[in-house]
Amino acid sequence: MTPGKGGTTHEGWPVFNSVQETVDRTGADCSLIFVPPPYAADAIMEAADAEVELIVCITEGIPTLDMVRAWEFLQNRRARLIGPNCPGIISPGHCKIGIMPARIHKQGPVGIVSRSGTLTYEAVYQLTQRNIGQSTAIGIGGDPIIGTHFVDALELFNRDPRTEAVVMIGEIGGNAEETASEYVKIHMKKPVIGFIAGQTAPPGRRMGHAGAIISGGKGTAAEKIKAMEDAGIRVAKSPAVIGETVNAALGVKV
Amino acid sequence: MKIHEYQAKGILKKYGVTVPRGEMAESREEAEAAAKNLFGTGATGAVVKAQIHAGGRGKGGGVKIAKSVDEVGEIAARMLGMKLVTHQTGPEGRIVQRLLIEETLPIEKELYLGIVIDRAEARPVFMASASGGVEIEQVAAENPAAILKEYIDPGMGLEAFQARKLAFALGLKPQQINEAVRFMTGLYRAFQETDSSLMEINPFISCTDGRLFALDAKINFDDNAMFRHPDLRELRDFTEEDPLEVEASKHSLNYIKLDGNVGCMVNGAGLAMATMDIIKYAGGMPANFLDVGGGANAEQVTHAFEILLSDKSVKAVLINIFGGILRVDTLATGVVEAAQKTHIQLPIVLRLEGTNVEQGREILQQSGLNFIVAETMKDAAEKVVAAAKS
Repeated sequence: MTPGKGGTTHEGWPVFNSVQETVDRTGADCSLIFVPPPYAADAIMEAADAEVELIVCITEGIPTLDMVRAWEFLQNRRARLIGPNCPGIISPGHCKIGIMPARIHKQGPVGIVSRSGTLTYEAVYQLTQRNIGQSTAIGIGGDPIIGTHFVDALELFNRDPRTEAVVMIGEIGGNAEETASEYVKIHMKKPVIGFIAGQTAPPGRRMGHAGAIISGGKGTAAEKIKAMEDAGIRVAKSPAVIGETVNAALGVKV
Repeated sequence: MKIHEYQAKGILKKYGVTVPRGEMAESREEAEAAAKNLFGTGATGAVVKAQIHAGGRGKGGGVKIAKSVDEVGEIAARMLGMKLVTHQTGPEGRIVQRLLIEETLPIEKELYLGIVIDRAEARPVFMASASGGVEIEQVAAENPAAILKEYIDPGMGLEAFQARKLAFALGLKPQQINEAVRFMTGLYRAFQETDSSLMEINPFISCTDGRLFALDAKINFDDNAMFRHPDLRELRDFTEEDPLEVEASKHSLNYIKLDGNVGCMVNGAGLAMATMDIIKYAGGMPANFLDVGGGANAEQVTHAFEILLSDKSVKAVLINIFGGILRVDTLATGVVEAAQKTHIQLPIVLRLEGTNVEQGREILQQSGLNFIVAETMKDAAEKVVAAAKS
């Protein structure tokens, strides 16, 4: 759907003027958003208003205060938002809503949730290389305000019969990993493997992602790794051993 | 994006936030003229404040009080051009190029006000503390209960009752409350309308005569929102930033200079951080963080390469790309172009995976350039660290 281009076709697919029209005409229940940053929050709200169930927003660079408004708007609506600033979600063999290279994936028992796009590909690749498949991989996004948090994804994986273990890939900034570790400690019935990017990142600098910043000495990799280990999460210290660590965890199921 | 204190105060003034009278000065003459103005209109003293993008200026000798115009001139002459080192600048410090000359005020109490985005609540939070004048992180660590918080409904803004609640909790006198409410709601309006990511008034002072002032002011803007604030973009002071980082930002590249000698070019912020981490595990030190982003084109990759190589401490380069939207062949074309253009002599280790990886590898092979190819991240890190040492 692209406003003003309704009635035309794109690669053989019909184009509509509004999300509501798209939903009415096609019964669409998911919106994948590539809209440029100045208009992306509006696109999220429009999709939510049309009662779309799942909204995946790929756009990077949305102003934070726009996302504050969009997040507020989503509170009383049924939609789940994934992202923004994320690669989307894929359940290999079933469905892909996003921009990840599908061919590196393989159907299987490991769920992945990550704040980083390409680092998710890296983890998936390491698993597939070891012949370990994935149930679903979710990129939740690198922005400070996102629709689906680690805890939301972990809850879903905990209930998902196709998932036997979960890889959680965090990074410096904020305290979402700490909150998720608390959840794991109390509720998680499946082994969780963790990794935190930015162990060598200097404080006070925004490391590419708008949300990846150590501010006021808070949000360091060391704090997050400690919280994860305290919750019984197996933390891969080096990004090269994520696959290896999953392998070990699957061998000794809890 | 960071701005100077004098710029922040200029913005806040427009929103009815009271700031001390003062002027920015770039020379001894300007400083003296500003002081003359202040002393001529009732000021009993003047403060000379170095304008750099870092906190802790007072302890580093960047804030001095003067009793006369001559003294302001003497201090200004000493301070301009001085290398100011604070706990936030690192040992290299910053050269002072601008000063703020302000009237002194009869301080009774030093308080704190701040606004940031609370990520977990997904809304702005207005913070206030009676422990002003010290770093708020220290207060947060030692006595978190001393920081009062009011979450702000984004559709409504900071309501008067919320500001009143904070004002009374700060121990302000009944006759100061209305003024405090005007101050705080003005501050929030400024935060919202300028797309700030952080505002700090530390200290927020109450004077012996009851007046309230922002004695210091810090504002950071949300870089992602600067497209709609051309006037605020003008406030950027490039001399406060690393020249390579400025160059990178012109090409929409995320580059941060670090202290090591292994240059890295990666796509995606998380993978870029993980690449830095693994270089350290392999016994080396990264020279930079560089995320070429998801949608980089060959030209951007060329610029990225040039920026990377203009850091003279770089002894070897690691390129780690996992193609998604950024196709590996696009990257390879850019790398080859840049390598030819810059006549690079340094060893380059390449680790490529993802979309169009075969085409990408072919482009590199046919280039005739001498790249070291690695299979995994670990392999790549070990090879590049070894190359940097040899």
